[in-house]
Amino acid sequence: MSRVRVLVGTRKGAFILESDGKRERWDVSGLHFGGWEIYHLKGSPADPNRLYASQGTGWFGQLIQRSNDGGKSWEPVGNKFVYDGVTGTHLWYDGTPHPWEFARVWHLEPALTDPDTVYAGVEDAALFRTTDGGQTWHELPGLRTHESASSWAPGAGGMCLHTIIQDPSHPERIFIAISSAGAFRTDDAGKTWRPINRGLRSEQIPNPTAEVGHCVHRIAMHPSRPGVLFMQKHWDVMRSDDAGTSWQEISGNLPSDFGFPIDVHAHEPDTIYVVPIKSDSEHYPPEGKLRVYRSRTGGHEWEPLTKGLPQRDCYLNVLRDAMAVDSLDSCGVYFGTTGGQVYASADAGDSWTPIVRDLPAVLSVEVQTLP
Amino acid sequence: MIRVVLPAHLRKLAHVDREVKLDVEGPVTQRSVLDALEASYPMLRGTIRDHVTQRRRPFVRFFACEEDLSNEAPDAPLPDTVATGAEPFLVVGAMAGG
Repeated sequence: MSRVRVLVGTRKGAFILESDGKRERWDVSGLHFGGWEIYHLKGSPADPNRLYASQGTGWFGQLIQRSNDGGKSWEPVGNKFVYDGVTGTHLWYDGTPHPWEFARVWHLEPALTDPDTVYAGVEDAALFRTTDGGQTWHELPGLRTHESASSWAPGAGGMCLHTIIQDPSHPERIFIAISSAGAFRTDDAGKTWRPINRGLRSEQIPNPTAEVGHCVHRIAMHPSRPGVLFMQKHWDVMRSDDAGTSWQEISGNLPSDFGFPIDVHAHEPDTIYVVPIKSDSEHYPPEGKLRVYRSRTGGHEWEPLTKGLPQRDCYLNVLRDAMAVDSLDSCGVYFGTTGGQVYASADAGDSWTPIVRDLPAVLSVEVQTLP
Repeated sequence: MIRVVLPAHLRKLAHVDREVKLDVEGPVTQRSVLDALEASYPMLRGTIRDHVTQRRRPFVRFFACEEDLSNEAPDAPLPDTVATGAEPFLVVGAMAGG
């Protein structure tokens, strides 16, 4: 029977949860890296026992950890992230030029076919890659040196590159997103990039329809249909049917279209999930009710999923990297909260149960479906 | 023999449970001690000082002989008692975070 492994990054370390395909009983391993922020950990699609973790603190900086045994043991690998060439400046919060400064790795995206190749999205925004299992990291500088880069500015969480999506049908195509510069796409394996923000509208920037400057929170794609992208923007849930060239709003009947994560059902490319948050200045669910919203129509029409989720006095948040799905026949959906719970649904969102609770604030959730 | 005391997180990272003992050739300075430390424990590279600038990370402090040496020049000699191993060189995570 298949198994599921859930990788949880938190403010104070990492946890690994495993279950059989029933997803009823969970073994929790951890705390790994106690006291360190684990922004993200993720397994290689080519070798599920190869895991990578982004570990850091304000005191001792950035580390990258690698596991070759599914998280039972870890070893630190290379942590030298140096921008390639002249770093230049972006805009600071006060509108003045500010030199690019490496702060942390937000997201690690192992390559689809090679466990030694991993992409790293970092703050200040740039894309790095290793091809030797994390020992050395090299920037793909074409993104950071894009002609618009001097106008990029940080969001409240820093100027982070937080989303990396590889197109399985087009190996040289990668989508990334930066808060708050927007979404970009390369069609030549990272040499050149183009902004893909047409159709986005952000009232928080001087020109609401500018080519760059949008605070994209998350993008999701179903691998069987890589030209279709779903986006949770700072405000607005969006959809593109042309690989990001243009976007249309699909917020529909959501109680709020502010939020962070968005994900796609493993077997139904038009079934998508978001977690509405009241507003950008009130990072908690509307009415104190934790509700996942599901659309089975690729947007516009949304239904609240509440069974098993707290429907009163709930004021936590769900961060952008903290939702994932498994690929079992009955698709499992998982998300972690800043309140320290990881909720799981083994029935595509119809019902939920906390599979672990009272963890530190959850920063990221990834899921591996294992044979 | 130079004695170096690491903060708990870095001891765990380096898989050491007590102070570290290092042989340092030539003048005993912050730089030569940290060079020797990182040569013996490569996983510490980048955690105490920046990979490129080699400057001390902002929330790391260096103490010895009840003195704060954090802002001393990296090539300034450390106290004789550190150089002889009578006193340890302390790498400390700064008090921060409220």
